[in-house]
This record gives sequence, structure tokens and C-alpha cells, in this order.
Amino acid sequence: MTTCTGCSLLCEDIELVLKTGAISEAKNLCRKGQGHFQALFTERTKPMIDGKEVTLDQAIAKAAEILKNARTPLLYGWSNSTLEAQTVGINLAKKIGANIDDTSSFCEGLLMERILNGKIPTCTLDDVRNFADTSVFWGTDPSNSHPRHLSRFSYYPRGEKRQKSYEEERTCMVVDVRKSATAHLCSNYYFRVPPEGDAEFLESILTVLDGKIPKTGDKKRLIELGTILKKTEFGVIFPGQRMIYSMQDKMDLFEELVARLNEITTFKVIPMVGHYNMRGFNQLMLGQTGFINSVSFRGGAAGAATTHGPEQGVALAAKSSDAALIIGSDPLSALPFGTARALAHIPLIAIDPRRSLTTDAAQVVIPSALSGLEAGGTALRMDGTRISFEPITESERLSDEQILTRIMEAI
Amino acid sequence: MVGAMEIYMLLPKTNCKKCGLPTCMAFAVGLLGREKKIDECPPLIEEKKYEAKLKKLHEVMAPLENASEIGLIIHPEKCFGCGNCVVACPVNVAAEPTRCAVGLGPEGDKVILRVQDGVVLANNLKECRRFGPNKILCNACTATCPSKAIEFV
Repeated sequence: MTTCTGCSLLCEDIELVLKTGAISEAKNLCRKGQGHFQALFTERTKPMIDGKEVTLDQAIAKAAEILKNARTPLLYGWSNSTLEAQTVGINLAKKIGANIDDTSSFCEGLLMERILNGKIPTCTLDDVRNFADTSVFWGTDPSNSHPRHLSRFSYYPRGEKRQKSYEEERTCMVVDVRKSATAHLCSNYYFRVPPEGDAEFLESILTVLDGKIPKTGDKKRLIELGTILKKTEFGVIFPGQRMIYSMQDKMDLFEELVARLNEITTFKVIPMVGHYNMRGFNQLMLGQTGFINSVSFRGGAAGAATTHGPEQGVALAAKSSDAALIIGSDPLSALPFGTARALAHIPLIAIDPRRSLTTDAAQVVIPSALSGLEAGGTALRMDGTRISFEPITESERLSDEQILTRIMEAI
Repeated sequence: MVGAMEIYMLLPKTNCKKCGLPTCMAFAVGLLGREKKIDECPPLIEEKKYEAKLKKLHEVMAPLENASEIGLIIHPEKCFGCGNCVVACPVNVAAEPTRCAVGLGPEGDKVILRVQDGVVLANNLKECRRFGPNKILCNACTATCPSKAIEFV
């Protein structure tokens, strides 16, 4: 059995058959996971400096040199690394006084902060399978982003208290700007909102829950929605990135809605984290610094002079840094153009098992072993459940953790 | 997916009964259910004026040729490998109550649907509720598919 590290569901029931350096058979692996593992055999990175192939030792030495000489280095990525690698990464940031940030500052950070601080109630995905009768997908399309979400946890499986499952006992709702693949599955409960219309929709739900008629939107359908929410025994809301982008500084309103729903019945929230261990990084950082992301250790070791704020987030830090280490992430293709361009203009060190736009533009490329397949470790699923995995094949490549330890020793 | 009406429009519509069925509509339904073949309509083959219709009919019937004995057609290029059908299929659930029923992938070989190499794969079609003369028109797999990768004829 293998654990798939393709998304934050960390499916543990994967059976892989490896034959001469390629996957010949993969059971239970979804299309996304299949691509995640298969790309390793066609897009493998090699140790490189300035586009020329070198030995691994030379690449690591060069990386250490760049970080040592940088005045304001940035360490970015981390969401596709194990907890062990992230721990070493945070220590490295403390040692060189770097700015450390992960993908959550552009992703689910706003919501994750509230969940980890206990302001919004949450539960595990196993609770969802066993007890939940209403799942609300808000601004997310799990059929594409987390293909096995509906079938493993939120809608189709039969749970302890939900033996009749989707046929009778479960309701699935989608709130989105377009009729996504998931919305087709629960077409009766698909609520369309205009772009950036989530706050208004949320206010309408609050009005309906108070027993009043909403001012905007389809009143009949909103009242129907309110009735279902009130009748729910155990509901779960899965907010996605689109909802968080749309809400931004109005997240208090969402907190208010969850609190109001919990007065009536039980409602929990699980953020639809994209990368497999983003939550792990957030939790580690919260434990060590009190902030979930965007922290600068500049000017002192051991957390004495930590600063946190938007200036330490990758969007602004990319412009003020003079070197960056990117690990397990592809910011050059994923982040907005301004940030990506700022990153591309500074010396980059990319640690990645696969080729990407970032490794193409990087000054130093260090190939790593793929977690789950060639390297073991621990990670936190999107609901915070700790999942450990072992490597299933031997590889001469170093894991993220080993590479970071060697860079740290060389500095 | 082609419907009986669409096939009917491409038949002679004379109700000549040469195929052994009372009407052309009945023949269209027979074609769709794969109980009849296009060759069994003599006017369509023999008379020249139906040539264009015959060509079109072969075209619309082409996708049905890949259908299995229960009329199942899988489009692997559309499949996400989400496994919704694997978990929803009542035969799968009965075969593996500790795995398929609770959302995990199947272990044994008794299941009908499984996800392999990222796409859905059908086996043991004789176990399907749609198999044989006493079939039940179950649609658990098609109704739960987010990308319409599974279809029944």
C-alpha cells in the first residue's frame, strides 16, 4: 500500500506495481494521482547550476553559498514537503535570518488561521463520513481538485450513522460561480453566485436563518436552503480558494454564519487545502512562532526577532529579497505575474523532484526524492489527521529533509 | 448518446414488416437495444433512395458497437478516476462491505467497477443488475459520474 501525495486527501489505499523505473499498474489511484506519480518518470530533474549539469554536491554547495551571501533570503514553498522537512526548513530560516512563507499566504491562509486558533469549529474527514448529513462545497470543485473527496468521505460512502448514504441520508450542496462537475452531481442544490457575490449570499443566508425574507437573490430557493440547513443534524462546510479570495477581509461574516448555524445545530468547517501538507506547515509555524505563515526571522535567531505581516508574505517579499529557495512548489507558474517576475529576477534555488517553470528559471536545481514513492515521512491531511508513510522503492536521491540538512551544515 | 427517435428518422418509415417487427419504430428500439442489426431491414439495404440514410445510420450507430453486453460504454478520456461509481455501485458494496462501502478502493476481484491507472475499468459484467433478461435498470454508476464518462445504451 502506498500513500498518494498528489493532493491533501493523502489516500492510503493505493497499490502500485513498479517495473523498470515506471509504474506499470496503479490500483485505486485517481487521474490526478496518476499524473503526479507518472510525471516523475518523464520530467525528472537533474542537479544543475546555470543550466549546466553538475554533481549533487556541487549544487548543494552553490545553494549554501547563495543563501550565505544573501542579505534578505526568502524560503518559499513547503506545502509539498513532509513535516520533517518543514521542521528543518524552519530551523534553516532561523539560522540564516530568512523570510519564510508557504503557499497558504496566497491560498487558504485566512481561513486556516481562524481554524487553527479555534475560532471556527472543525472535525475530521472520518467524522464527515460517519455522521455528516449535509456537505456544502463553497467555491470549490472537488471532482477536479480532490477527485476522491466525494467518494471517500463527503457524499457517497456509507458511514456508521449514515448507512443509506447519498441515496437517502446525505445532501450535497454547491455554491459556485459556474456549474462545475461537482454541481452536476447535486444539481437540485446548486446555488449560483456572481463573482465576488459570496458576502451578499452569506448575508442572505443569515437573514433567512433569522426567519426573515432576504432582500437579494432568489428568495424561494434561499428559504429552501435555510430550511435544509436548519434541519441538518451534522453539517460540514468545505470552503475553497474561490470563496476565500472573494471574502478577503469579510471573513468575520463567515465566522458569524458558522456561529449562528451552531446555535441551531452542529456545523463544522474543513478547508479544501490543495497541496498535501500545507496544513502541516501552518500548524508547525503556529506552534513555533504564533503565526501560520509569512514570518521573517531577520535580525536574530531563536525566534527573538520574528516579524509577521503582509510584507513578509511572498507577494511583497519576492520584491524585497535578493535570493530565494523554492521547495516543492512552482510559484513562477502559479503566482500572479508581478510576483512571479520579481522572483524570476533574483537568484533562485529550486528543490523539486520534477521539472517545472521554476526549475527551468532557477540558478541552482537540486533534485529530490518524491515523498510517498521514494521517501517516507509524516504529513497532515486537510482535516489535521496525522498520516505517516514509508517509501516503497529505493532511490539514490536524497529526501527534502536530507537536502536541507546538508545545506544547513554547509552554511 | 443516440436515441430511438433519432434512429427512427433514418429508417424508411414504411412499416413494411419485412424485418419481422410490426413497425419501423419497433425496429429502431430493437436497434438501440442491440437485438436487431441494420442488415435486417431489407429496403434500407436494397433501395438506392435510402443510401444517404443508411450511411448516416452507420455513423450514429458506430459508438454503440463498443458497448459491452450490458450496454455499458466507458469513455476513459473523460474519466477523473474519482471512484464515485466504485463506491456507489450496489454490487461493489455487497462484494466488499468493508472497503467499497466505506469509500476505499476494492481489494478483491469480485467487483464490477474499479479504478485502474487513473481511469475506471469494468469487469465481471455478469454480476451487473443490467445483465440478462431479468435486468433492473440500475443507474448508480452513471448518475454519480461527474464527467459523464459512463453511459448506458
